[in-house]
Amino acid sequence: MFNVNITGEYVVFFIFATIIIGGAVLMISLEKVVHMVISMAAAFLGLAGMYVLLDAEFVAFVQVLIYAGAVSILMIFGIMMTKHNGEAAEPVKPLHETLAVIGALCLFGLLFYAIRASDFQSTAAFHPGEDNTLAIGELLFTGYIVPFELLSILLTVAFIGAIALAKKEAE
Amino acid sequence: MLSSYLTLAAILFCIGLYGTLAKRNAIIVLLSLELMLNAVNLNLIAFSKYGAIPSLTGQLFSIFTITVAAAEAAIAVAILIALFRARGTVLVDAFNRMRR
Repeated sequence: MFNVNITGEYVVFFIFATIIIGGAVLMISLEKVVHMVISMAAAFLGLAGMYVLLDAEFVAFVQVLIYAGAVSILMIFGIMMTKHNGEAAEPVKPLHETLAVIGALCLFGLLFYAIRASDFQSTAAFHPGEDNTLAIGELLFTGYIVPFELLSILLTVAFIGAIALAKKEAE
Repeated sequence: MLSSYLTLAAILFCIGLYGTLAKRNAIIVLLSLELMLNAVNLNLIAFSKYGAIPSLTGQLFSIFTITVAAAEAAIAVAILIALFRARGTVLVDAFNRMRR
């Protein structure tokens, strides 16, 4: 079942997995909201390292810029803009929390069983290209130009909408 | 090696699911959502290297996902600030006016 060769990739994978899961579990269990966001940023950075391990350098740097940079700072802005007394409120509904734990564990069991039962076999070796960024750019601007343009429209609409929503009502 | 990445992504997704369902602070719910999106990204990139037909398309799709997630985070924080102005709290169980 777990017949994994201890290679360099496996060791690095294990280190990054520890960082990611540690950050995620700390995010769930810490007391203060700002600390939660910081531990989440650690998990995002670990994921970026994992992407480098998977030959996806461009996505790794996008991850650092967007998630570890922009989204974390946006969440901290959200915390600062709304009033927090520092402490995250404790859940008062034990039944609700127990059901959430059971649901998450059931989903994990299902996924784990599916992953273990599947037979993944790679037929070809992965060629990330001479220059990962160049290859992604060529693919993006030749094969996927329509989704790219749709995404740019989506981003524009979303940010205008965000400004319109967060703008103070003139009363 | 692929199943290790998939298992890690499953763990991340389930932690995110638990945080989304059980946390009361709306900002933490948003962060848990981002965690779930990141688990999906990890799956896409793992399959782009170790899948049956390895190609760059998985990395491209993960970039699309990151873009949509950034738009979602911006909109969500804006809605949260508007809700905070209206209700004076960010606890999700206080936003229940439509249930009454």
